[in-house]
Amino acid sequence: MSHTAEHSHDASHAEVHVHRDDFGSKLGMWLFLFTEVILFGGLFLLYFSYRVKYSHDFHEGAMELDLVKGTMNTAILLTSSLTMALSILFLTKGNKKWSLIHLAVTILCGFGFLINKYFEYGHKIELGIYPSKTSGELMNMPEGQQVFFGLYWAMTGLHSFHVIVGMILLSYFGVQIIKQTKVTQENYARLENGGLYWHLVDLIWIFLFPLFYLLH
Amino acid sequence: MSTNSIGTVNYLNVDKSIWSWIYTTDHKRIALMYLAAMMMFFLVGAGLGFIMRLELMTPGKTVIDAQTYNSFFTLHGVIMIFLFIIPGIPAVFGNFFLPIQIGAEDVSFPRLNLLSFYLYVIGACLALYSIFFGKTIIDTGWTFYVPYSLTTGSDVMLPLIAAFVLGFSSILTGLNFVTTIHRMRAPGMDFFKMPLFCWGLYATAWIQVIATPIIGITIVLVLLERTVGIGVFDPAKGGDPVLFQHMFWIYSHPAVYIMILPAMGLVSDIIATFARRQIFGYSVMAITSMSIALIGYFVYAHHMFTSGMDDTAKIIFSFFTFLVGIPTGVKIFNWVATMYKGSIDLKTPMLFVLAFIFIFSIGGLTGLVLGALQTDIHLHDTYFVVAHFHYVMFGGTVFIFFAGLHYWFPKMFGKMYNEKVSKVVVALMFVGFNTLYFPMFLMGYMGMPRRYYESLPEYTTYHQVSAVGSWILILGILLMVGNFLVALNGKRMAKQNEWDSMTLEWTNAATPPVTLNFDKIPTVTAGPYNYPDYSDSEGNPSLEILGEKH
Repeated sequence: MSHTAEHSHDASHAEVHVHRDDFGSKLGMWLFLFTEVILFGGLFLLYFSYRVKYSHDFHEGAMELDLVKGTMNTAILLTSSLTMALSILFLTKGNKKWSLIHLAVTILCGFGFLINKYFEYGHKIELGIYPSKTSGELMNMPEGQQVFFGLYWAMTGLHSFHVIVGMILLSYFGVQIIKQTKVTQENYARLENGGLYWHLVDLIWIFLFPLFYLLH
Repeated sequence: MSTNSIGTVNYLNVDKSIWSWIYTTDHKRIALMYLAAMMMFFLVGAGLGFIMRLELMTPGKTVIDAQTYNSFFTLHGVIMIFLFIIPGIPAVFGNFFLPIQIGAEDVSFPRLNLLSFYLYVIGACLALYSIFFGKTIIDTGWTFYVPYSLTTGSDVMLPLIAAFVLGFSSILTGLNFVTTIHRMRAPGMDFFKMPLFCWGLYATAWIQVIATPIIGITIVLVLLERTVGIGVFDPAKGGDPVLFQHMFWIYSHPAVYIMILPAMGLVSDIIATFARRQIFGYSVMAITSMSIALIGYFVYAHHMFTSGMDDTAKIIFSFFTFLVGIPTGVKIFNWVATMYKGSIDLKTPMLFVLAFIFIFSIGGLTGLVLGALQTDIHLHDTYFVVAHFHYVMFGGTVFIFFAGLHYWFPKMFGKMYNEKVSKVVVALMFVGFNTLYFPMFLMGYMGMPRRYYESLPEYTTYHQVSAVGSWILILGILLMVGNFLVALNGKRMAKQNEWDSMTLEWTNAATPPVTLNFDKIPTVTAGPYNYPDYSDSEGNPSLEILGEKH
């Protein structure tokens, strides 16, 4: 393990101490991302178990999904990951303005993703394909498709929730860049960690997209 | 430094206002808040167990009705597992002593640490809400198995949300500890110079990070099922309830290693201190902690041998269950070997540890009986399992929790308790514990199923013996709490290094420690158990002294 990161240690009697450890905070962030991977990992585990059991129904279910919207969203998220990385790059080069512009584009991409998802979900609800305890078209479908759409809603829903959290997080860091308080050219660990989170959300979609939309 | 700092500024008296506790980011104060909360929950959980034992003394209704009994064993499990032993040793002693033992001023993320504590409090409130204000109390058992947890009319939602929130708290603590151990060690404190308690915490913290999210997502799915009917575990909608059991145990089996590994680490610290010996096979002890954590992932399905599973899978899981016994056995032998030719001082913490080794060996060996495929078919869901679980968890983790309390109480509060009383406490607990749980092995072997309100007449005597044991045990617990309360208000000051121990919290920190733990961050040159060599003149070739000798 590298010990080159900044690690100022004030060992005096002072009751207030300054402890900044960028490497440590990034390590903490990676561990957190690890837990996120495993959170979704549980769902992927269920997906594979049921896919083996109901391979035909999963095929039928996948045909119902909107491939165009799914592909658009994939493109949107991949672009947002690029702008996110550029935003960090510009900040480290001291270009506050372009860093903020790229951050804004990233957040807008998040909006675009959610709007797209809104129409997709809306269409499913119109068709009655939504989980329910009492009514809905879904209850009349074969068991395997019920499970398929149950997982579809759970997994994409949880993912969308993560997109929203990411957008809030990045907006907050944007404000800190404008104020030049906690996120600056020299102190960009927070933005970098926010970026890591955003890339993870992107990465999860990279797995969700083929499993639901492409794998017929 | 060498005196008791109670008269001077320390972490307890530096600021006495209530807000200084509520907003504190000092790991030591957070640890004390955890301790207070946990002792409270432990007493509630013990009380529930006490009433259940009372109920089973006679066939038919004795004190509570059947539905209340169902709620009681559920709450007993939920409280003891999620509120007491999972966070137990890491949140209290880990928080307090991990930074000090590695020579740091605090954990890596002090504010996150406080957040963990408040998540714990929120989770506890949610879990206990239904006892006081709910119309119904959860009756699913602490395992929340579907499909019953989907259909029961009792209040399942809040305890489930509580388990989710508590899981979050556990993850954040684990994340904090891993980062702390990697980043905050004092100069010279290599990984292999850390006290074994830190190694135990390190292994535990990894399990907390890696395993806990699985139970999180499982709980979310059950909640979604109960609210919107997502159908993933509902057989009517194509779901498979057995998959819930898989998901549940993928977390909940590694969770028992979350409970025991820090305890094992603490046992090593205590034995080294009171036998005044370098721990036998230090690096092996560290590595076995990590390997228990690793192998612990591949054994979970031994909880499900009767649930309907592929035979090949059963054999593999059974094999790994036996495999995990190896590092555990190595630890037991190393502890005993450490004591061999040591200068053993039978102080209270050491007595607890000796009780632990006896009880935990029984618990561990009966675990192998349950891990074997054929015997498990006979013993599954009987009192044998209950007895095994309490032998490893109560006799293992909780006894060591108490040992830790007696070991570190002088350091934490700067006061000393009455040693004579505390030795009586150990005796009462040891006798009470075995009287309470040993009859359960016999009942289980004869076929008494767990969680039953009613029992056949031939089991009555065993239940009665068990109940008597619970009284003795409760007496021991109350005596211990009383002893501590008297000591806290008493005038007997603890010495700076009460046990002449060699780890940093005793050698370099004041009693009680100052806010930033050390006057000067220590530079570490030797291993943690560098006691003067007591071995015989021809020397002991297997003694491996780390670092330089004194």
